[in-house]
Amino acid sequence: MQLEPRENISMLRVISAPILAIAAAFIFCSGLIMWTGESVFAAYGHLFKGGFGSRFAISETLNRATPLIFTGLAAAVAFRAKFWNIGAEGQLYFGALAATILGTGAITMPAALMIPFLFLVGALAGGLALLGPVILKTTLKVDEVVTTLLLNFIILLFVNYLLEGPLKDPMSMGWPQAAAIIDQGVLPALLPRTRLHIGFLLALSAAFIVWALMRYTIWGYEIRAVGANVNAARFAGISIRKTVILVAMLSGGLAGMAGITETAGTKGYLTLDLSPGFGYAGIAVAMLANLHPLGVIASAIFLAGIYVGADSMSRAINIPTYIADVLVALSVLSVLVSLLFVQYRVRWK
Amino acid sequence: MATLHIKGVSKQFGSLIANDNISLSVSGGEVVALLGENGAGKTTLMNILFGHYVPDGGSIEIDGKELPHGSTDAAIKAGVGMVHQHFTLAENMTVLDNIMLGTESLYSLTSKVSTARKKLIALAAQYDLEIHPDAIVGKLSVGERQRVEILKVLYRGAKILILDEPTAVLTPDQTSQLFDNLRHMVATGMSVIFISHKLHEIMAISDRVAILRHGKMVGEVVTKDTDKNRLAELMVGHKVTRPKAGKVKSGGPVIQMKNLYLDDILKDINLTVSEKQIVAIAGVAGNGQRELADVLSGTRQWSSGELLIDDQLISTADPREFLAKGFGRIPEDRHHTGTIGEMSVWENLVSENLRQPPLWKFGRIIDFKACRQRAAELVKQFDIRCKSMEVQTRLLSGGNMQKLILARTLSASPKFILASQPVRGLDEGAIAFVHEQLLDARQAGAGILLISEDLDEIFAVADKVAVMYHGQLTEPVEVRKTSISQIGSMMGGDLDAVA
Repeated sequence: MQLEPRENISMLRVISAPILAIAAAFIFCSGLIMWTGESVFAAYGHLFKGGFGSRFAISETLNRATPLIFTGLAAAVAFRAKFWNIGAEGQLYFGALAATILGTGAITMPAALMIPFLFLVGALAGGLALLGPVILKTTLKVDEVVTTLLLNFIILLFVNYLLEGPLKDPMSMGWPQAAAIIDQGVLPALLPRTRLHIGFLLALSAAFIVWALMRYTIWGYEIRAVGANVNAARFAGISIRKTVILVAMLSGGLAGMAGITETAGTKGYLTLDLSPGFGYAGIAVAMLANLHPLGVIASAIFLAGIYVGADSMSRAINIPTYIADVLVALSVLSVLVSLLFVQYRVRWK
Repeated sequence: MATLHIKGVSKQFGSLIANDNISLSVSGGEVVALLGENGAGKTTLMNILFGHYVPDGGSIEIDGKELPHGSTDAAIKAGVGMVHQHFTLAENMTVLDNIMLGTESLYSLTSKVSTARKKLIALAAQYDLEIHPDAIVGKLSVGERQRVEILKVLYRGAKILILDEPTAVLTPDQTSQLFDNLRHMVATGMSVIFISHKLHEIMAISDRVAILRHGKMVGEVVTKDTDKNRLAELMVGHKVTRPKAGKVKSGGPVIQMKNLYLDDILKDINLTVSEKQIVAIAGVAGNGQRELADVLSGTRQWSSGELLIDDQLISTADPREFLAKGFGRIPEDRHHTGTIGEMSVWENLVSENLRQPPLWKFGRIIDFKACRQRAAELVKQFDIRCKSMEVQTRLLSGGNMQKLILARTLSASPKFILASQPVRGLDEGAIAFVHEQLLDARQAGAGILLISEDLDEIFAVADKVAVMYHGQLTEPVEVRKTSISQIGSMMGGDLDAVA
């Protein structure tokens, strides 16, 4: 078997490959469902109904997709420059922490100012959480995978301490949670009687802004150049250090904003279970989208749909929600394999 | 005595036909040269013979027995031995270890070191390949390492020896030593297939020449009935004329290096390149040329000493500042340093001047129209052959990639041009083009530093030549006042050879 690079890559192939890959993931997964003794069609039926089958299901899916779009963009931007930020989870909590410190009464502004203000401080906090790793990388060449990953646990334990101590809401009846974000800072609902809030629209605009930045600006050019070939980029006069720091601030900032949509939107206050791993799932979202900022929107909604749908599937029939994790993992793997077939043709010999 | 028959071998990679119905016979006791430009299919053919590739069609016979396709083991058993262009030795092991590596069964509990040692010493004596069995390979010179490679192949009982561009890393002295060894082997009945694109070496060593062009066998001639010009014509397909440097009066100094050091790699470099002058640095690879090129590209900080352009002192290595001060750089490695393979042709053409006003607007937004227009002009002016400016640069041929880099470098009208191995791996047409462009740039006033291992190239285009050896640079001498053999012995370390 030999792989040969394709000279012309057709648009049809680029679009159909991930769709076929995801279909393949569902087929692989049906084996596991059959093992439980349930009907595959019933299971997938419940999954889709739970994720996309009603006004409520769609609102829940889009609500879940909102932080995933932000963390997915965070990973997509960073990975494009081959800066492996695995710390979106910690950056998300840092953003949420900033919102809690400044948005629970310390500063009061009208909603039109308060909401942008919260997103700004969330982004700054997220960037700040990445500052240490990126400086260690650019000055001492410390591997960012290690530092960003380990920082997640440090930040989570720090938040844990704050929620058990200084930031604990005295009205929380002993639960480790912080005070609620003031009314002016709460993200307004998009659809009445659902949890979907304007954070989703902000996530969509963030995806478009990131896409335009990567495609039309000199910064985007430099980020792509550094990611594609760091030697040639340096040779052409691009400052690697500045570019990597810029990427880190962008990536951390986007992850920090995911913390805002959760504290000021979905939940209303900071808790320790604010994120069920949105930071890590963002990596899967970005990989599924082949690091394309607009693709992140679709893949985040897809992932969110599977997670939300799996909950309702497990309530309806006897299949554990873990099937969602298996589905997501298989989707990512098969999309990665399918990308190989987009770039290369296989010859059997 | 072994006879090899390659019969109608074909191999296709995607749309590229690397070998098209090639037949070749080699009998014992002769040296057959395989001549062709880069990409003509020489290495592919030898890889098929050695079992690395499976051919699409055709067969290979040794002593009347057909060789199974795609089996390196079978090829070695049948007596084929290959010495690769890039050495495949474990540097931290001894010569004997390297030679025995892979010859003993993985499941054998004992190792027959003493028998192997005797066999190695006998082989070395038989073919006059002097080597110490217990020397660590990492400490050997390049010429000695090549001897180890050859012994490794002989140890496995090779009767047909394939040498892929064996002289690329050797000094002229080491090359003639190698040729002596080869003649010795052939005299005992071995056959040698000698792959090269250097005509004078082929004339010196071979009995017959087989010429490949674009994957086809275009000729087979007896060496003593032909000459260099005739071979060149067969190889390229038309008459070739490389441009010759005319005489140009040089001006004031453009670049000056004074007592420049880089760790213990570059030692006390003093060199001046003037306007309208091409100064060449000759030397065997690995004597500090790459590091000097890095310093002059602005990608590596030197430890001490002065670097001046137009009498202006430069203190820190910063590629952007170097570009702004009038440096033009043609890097040694087109793929890893010169271009970004995954980005398009036009994006690579503007990569060095993207931050200059005409190519962006509103602060930091790229002006696609201006960039594409600029790129289109360069594509036309420098005849860069590509399907469109939007294709990924990695899909370009080596020659076109080099034209892209030349276009980007020369369009900025640099005062100083660093050309590091600018024609390595290019075909004759592209070589002539690159040399013409460099000579034109000299005419227009640029000072050029040419780093090359190819003395023919240096003597064709340079005004002055200096030799780099173990990080030291000799005083440049006028090319007219020296000779290839003199520079050759200096490359081998005899720095006093200059008259």
